[in-house]
Amino acid sequence: MTSSTLSDSIDILHVSKRYARQDGTPLAVLDDISLRVRPGEFVSVLGSSGCGKSTLLRLIAGLDTDYNGEIVVAGDKVRDTSLERGIVFQDHRLFPWLTASQNVLAALRNAPLSAKQKRDAVAQHIALVGLNGFEHAYPHQLSGGMAQRVAIARGLVNRPRVLLLDEPFSALDALTRGRLQDELQRIWEHEGITMILVTHDVDEALYLGDRVVTMAPRPGRIKRIVDVALPRPRDRNDPRFIRLREEVLADFAGHEDDTPHGGTRIPIVNPPITEWRLAW
Amino acid sequence: MSLAVFKRSAEASKQSTKTLSCDCGDNVPAAFARAARPRKPLIARVDWRGAVLPIAAIAIWWAISEAHVVKSGLLVSPAQVLATASQQIVSGALFKALSASLAREASGFVIGTLGGLLLGSALGFSRLATRMIGPSFDTFKQISLFAWIPLISVWFGLGDAAKVVFLSLAALLPVAAHTCDGIHAVPRAYIEVARAFRYSRWQLIRAVILPAALPSIFTGLYLALIYSWLATLGAEYLLVAGSGIGNTLIDGSEQFRMDLVLFGVVVVGVTGWALNALARAVERAMFARRSEAAAR
Repeated sequence: MTSSTLSDSIDILHVSKRYARQDGTPLAVLDDISLRVRPGEFVSVLGSSGCGKSTLLRLIAGLDTDYNGEIVVAGDKVRDTSLERGIVFQDHRLFPWLTASQNVLAALRNAPLSAKQKRDAVAQHIALVGLNGFEHAYPHQLSGGMAQRVAIARGLVNRPRVLLLDEPFSALDALTRGRLQDELQRIWEHEGITMILVTHDVDEALYLGDRVVTMAPRPGRIKRIVDVALPRPRDRNDPRFIRLREEVLADFAGHEDDTPHGGTRIPIVNPPITEWRLAW
Repeated sequence: MSLAVFKRSAEASKQSTKTLSCDCGDNVPAAFARAARPRKPLIARVDWRGAVLPIAAIAIWWAISEAHVVKSGLLVSPAQVLATASQQIVSGALFKALSASLAREASGFVIGTLGGLLLGSALGFSRLATRMIGPSFDTFKQISLFAWIPLISVWFGLGDAAKVVFLSLAALLPVAAHTCDGIHAVPRAYIEVARAFRYSRWQLIRAVILPAALPSIFTGLYLALIYSWLATLGAEYLLVAGSGIGNTLIDGSEQFRMDLVLFGVVVVGVTGWALNALARAVERAMFARRSEAAAR
């Protein structure tokens, strides 16, 4: 048991990643990242926009294999995507032409299950994220929070060892975000899988993570790893929680100039202006 | 006016409740609840304000011809046009002309659409095809369809074959262009999702790219239907042989029968409108559930 759980860990060994800039000079996005994620652990990766945290997650997912260093998941080097690693994106990325349950089912297309087993797995995961009654709703009929729940169900339905979450709640309003954080914690405890959450929200990182990995930008590197040794469910008003938050925030305060605000992450939606039209 | 303003603001507030609604199961988003609401009867759904302009035009026309302001054989009265219409309908001339035109339109549309789908998917999927055919296709698009008429008439004569070739060409271009664009415009985000779930190439095409490109492909089909109807008239007018609604127009103009010309114009307009409505209805049925924006 111990040996198998040990080999279920994620080892990120001296990973560096560069992009070619337009003028040909390389831009270092990640610089010598090393991190070991224990099986069943919840790790939050915290950093401002542009620090490469999402890139790191994409490397772990296998969506991008052009990097230096090694990422080893459960003893195997990551060479491509795998059903063993589920992923939830910031924008829910549900297919608009499929219903909620069809979207979850789409993740099972290559799973070695019978049609009935797939149906059962879909129903079970729709229930897991609390969306009973919305199986046949299309994404545009769902609120942002509900769509993200479907995306979480889709990420989990293959029963991956690892769930990678790329700022999954950052586009949601504060109330919904809080509720989904509790949901996610419940699912994590229930499923007992490893989760890596990328976020720029200090509160969220500390609330959910066993450890919080803070990153510094340009090039993206690990600044500090904070152990959050607080009992769950955590109380955001616990003095120890507040002290940790102050500490982490202080870490970032010094680098305020480094952080380009309004990066490329959240698209600003300008609805077409049609309201000037006269009603008559 | 105030009623309309009220209606609009009510709609706006409905939308705002939708965006504000939290997702605690019992709080159903407005859009999902709206689907269950019964529809209003047809009469109430039609916006009759669109009829004001045509009715006014006919009234003015009728007034001028009744007042005998213009003394000319070129101004006919609405009554005369009506008489011609009934005569054309009763004698079967309309049916013959319209069915000939529509048969041409249909065969041209089908051939052109099939060709367009093939060409468009080749351009969309294959880098080699894009490199090889793309530049020629882009140039070809810029040539006015009517510039092909002399060539077509030399090669295919003035009969149905020539017309169908012309119509197919008219339908092919929008279908090919929109199919290709639709395939190219599939968001990378969806393709990444497919990669995360280890879709094979074929699965990616069938389950992601085609459904994602479908609205654009449908726009191409829709345009092809309209263009080929417009081209039907052009073909009948420029490749004068056989029967068709375009020939009815030519006959009217050659015989200085303005009643026949006006009747033909009305038939062309109504047919175009009907084709448009048909395409809209199909589009609505296909995409209504997918997104509200497409259903409008």
